[in-house]
Amino acid sequence: MAGSIDHEIPLSATEDLQSLPVLGKLHEWVVTVDHKRLGIMYIAGGLVFFLVAGLQAATIRLQLAFPDGNIVSPQVFNRLMTVHGTAMVFLVGMPILTGFFNYLVPLMVGARDLAFPRLNAFGFWLWLFGSLLLYFSYIAGDGLYGAGSAPDVGWFAYAPLTELPFSRGNSTDYWILSILLTSVGTTATAINLIATAFCMRCEGMTLNKMPVLVWLAIVVAFMMIVALPPLSAAQAMLLADRFLGAHFFDTQAGGSAILWQHFFWIFGHPEVYILVIPAFAFASEIIPVFSRKVIFGYSVMVAASCGIAFISMSVWAHHMFSVGMTPAGNSFFAASSMMVGVPTGIKIFNWLGTMWGGKLRFQVPMLFSLAFLFQFLIAGLTGIMLAVAPFDWQTTDTYFVVAHFHYVLVGAIVFMIFAAIYYWFPKVTGRMLSEKLGQWHFWLFLIGFHMTFDTMHFSGLRGMPRRIYTYQPGRGLETLNLIESIGALVQGIGVLFFVINVLRSLRSGDIAGNDPWDAWTLEWSTTSPPPEYNFATPPVVRSRRPLWDLKHPEDPDWKYE
Amino acid sequence: MGDSNSKIPVSSVFDPVSTPAHEINVIALFSIGITAVIFVIVGGLLTYAIVRFRRHPDDDDREPPQVYGSNPIEFAWTTVPVLIVLVLFLTTARTIYQVQAPTRPPDAISVRVIAHQWWWEFRYPDLGIVTANELHVPLSDRQSPTPTFLALESADVAHSFWVPRLAGKTDVIPNRKNEMWIDPHVAGTYLGQCAEYCGTEHGLMLLRVIVEPRADFDRWVAAQKQPPAVDASVAHGRQIFESTACVNCHTIQGTAAVGRFGPDLTHLMTRVTIGAGVAMNTRDHLRVWVDDPNVMKPGALMPAMNLGDKDLDDLVAYLATLH
Repeated sequence: MAGSIDHEIPLSATEDLQSLPVLGKLHEWVVTVDHKRLGIMYIAGGLVFFLVAGLQAATIRLQLAFPDGNIVSPQVFNRLMTVHGTAMVFLVGMPILTGFFNYLVPLMVGARDLAFPRLNAFGFWLWLFGSLLLYFSYIAGDGLYGAGSAPDVGWFAYAPLTELPFSRGNSTDYWILSILLTSVGTTATAINLIATAFCMRCEGMTLNKMPVLVWLAIVVAFMMIVALPPLSAAQAMLLADRFLGAHFFDTQAGGSAILWQHFFWIFGHPEVYILVIPAFAFASEIIPVFSRKVIFGYSVMVAASCGIAFISMSVWAHHMFSVGMTPAGNSFFAASSMMVGVPTGIKIFNWLGTMWGGKLRFQVPMLFSLAFLFQFLIAGLTGIMLAVAPFDWQTTDTYFVVAHFHYVLVGAIVFMIFAAIYYWFPKVTGRMLSEKLGQWHFWLFLIGFHMTFDTMHFSGLRGMPRRIYTYQPGRGLETLNLIESIGALVQGIGVLFFVINVLRSLRSGDIAGNDPWDAWTLEWSTTSPPPEYNFATPPVVRSRRPLWDLKHPEDPDWKYE
Repeated sequence: MGDSNSKIPVSSVFDPVSTPAHEINVIALFSIGITAVIFVIVGGLLTYAIVRFRRHPDDDDREPPQVYGSNPIEFAWTTVPVLIVLVLFLTTARTIYQVQAPTRPPDAISVRVIAHQWWWEFRYPDLGIVTANELHVPLSDRQSPTPTFLALESADVAHSFWVPRLAGKTDVIPNRKNEMWIDPHVAGTYLGQCAEYCGTEHGLMLLRVIVEPRADFDRWVAAQKQPPAVDASVAHGRQIFESTACVNCHTIQGTAAVGRFGPDLTHLMTRVTIGAGVAMNTRDHLRVWVDDPNVMKPGALMPAMNLGDKDLDDLVAYLATLH
């Protein structure tokens, strides 16, 4: 692949650029189709948006720290919460997770790149353009009506608040276009991942011998292909409403507000699993290595993930228990939502089985993974409570739900993203992250996380709806909200340690070597960082843990699989 | 402005005073109980594994025995959750049908709830009463229940009606009719608010439900049916009201004001709060509000009236007579 791109660029142009060191480097990154560079750009871009959207969350917490808060106006608050939510899902979670898959899947299946490198680059640049559009709305969102303003309709943008009578200017249009573009980019990546995993595995790697991470990448990719089109269709309909005089969601002309909710959540709930299954994938690679044991129940883990993918397509209306569905409808979605807890539970049990009888090493990737196990357990259990439709009538759209989904999105996904960064950073950069700074990062983030999100369950149960820009004193919410805000500050300090750790290690971290964790999958058999072609000779594998076989020729895995 | 809440108990979902909230409380505690047991067992096993199987400093660096899986164990930890889900689902379905399919006694009270950006309109079709933001309902005793049935409609975007101690929330969606019911059996004031994001002032779209014994409720109804007393000393204020844009949005019975975009002000002074709960209904607050609602509630759709000080005083003096 590397060779083909050189032919595309006139030789003289490349030489001119390469004589300028900075521009030459930049040019290399802009024209690259290398899955590793695109993966790094996805992750780095996602982390930048993570810091920005995190600062927006910190502002929200500052506003809510005290009753009758007056730090920002309601208009500014509503933009903050809308952009924070939208960005964390589409500009942070999705790119970081697809970035990891981009980087790891070809290495783990022993291939030299993804199946369609150019499509991969196309997807990345679409994503970046879409992402910038969301924040560009801060400058241009109000269109001809005046100064700029960002979208303020909430991240699920319920109709008809998004229709012209209630949302003038162009801020909602920026929101629509941003999500449309990033979704198209993500779909391209999904196709690429499936093609790569199905067609480009090295010799000996049957489907049944793929690392769990690659299996889960396929599951996620299929979910993306199924779940994103309804979202894109809904966005297109909303654009038609806003620009072409259509009335899909325009209730004043007979449109349906509920229709939007169905479209959004038939995307939105699988989306939760699209984000969390990569976290499962990281855990399924990291926990075995730091327990020194093979993953317990490989095929059950894969089957449970497929089960989650299937069931998660039929649970969407549990976001809509309060819209006035029939008792039968509510019962169906309560049942399906509870059922999805079963394969999820099986996964937790199998990680437990993996640790059982192992020799656990508590390095930073494992610390984050262990916290993930507990937090995901709690997130799953509050999820069961929310599936109890009557309980949901009380808790939906309150801080109880905010607590629940931040337990999933932060407690599970962000924690596993950090675990994955500490685990694969040595492979990507050739340098180790500092264990000591990593410990500071972990403990501060853990304490801050629990201060903020444990307490939110209780403010929700005490009657605090989500998305309110202020609350009156005397409702029993003051102490809880203050603790939540202090927790946000502690999390912020933790993330600061992470940023310092990354910047420091990039320049002067310990040299990692090929295989610093004594791990077993193929990416650890090549150099750190891997060469552009990944492997000098295509690898040949006989089991799910080719490096275990190499290290233990007397007791190889392929005897047992 | 928050002094309005100081004597009202916290709106906890675990402190129900009405059948729907009570039924929900029962199943909530049941599901919390089940999940707490699961948490203790699984969390305990995780903790045990972490402590018991940690690598010791004097470890010999040999790899532990590799265990690839076990079908009986997998079967066991699949079956048990399935059984738990089955039990939880059956109890859930029972509560869903109980709350969603109530029997409606003949003397139930009917109220049309119309949600607006960012206030609540309450119309009692059988009683011919219109009020705003503070819903009065009679106490319902268990022997002869007088529940209140709410028909929920929206004038603009999606909202959600939520008073935690009375019932779970039901969304109020334009172009759709939803229903819910309450039968409060303890008198008092219960706080609630809009629970579905509905635009700029979603945060201050508050509401309160005042539950009174039947006799008090009937007295309130009788008073609301009367037109407000005419007070000649505030004639100038009334004239300002009738000759400015106020009448486009507000109704005051017996005057030229028949607007329906804003709250009915016929009995304004019988309400405890103004601006959908944003402040106590005192003369000072009323003056600030009429002068410029954005001071108390930035983004409120009522425009500043731009009256002179004298006119403003007279207008507020008139409003203060609307008992």
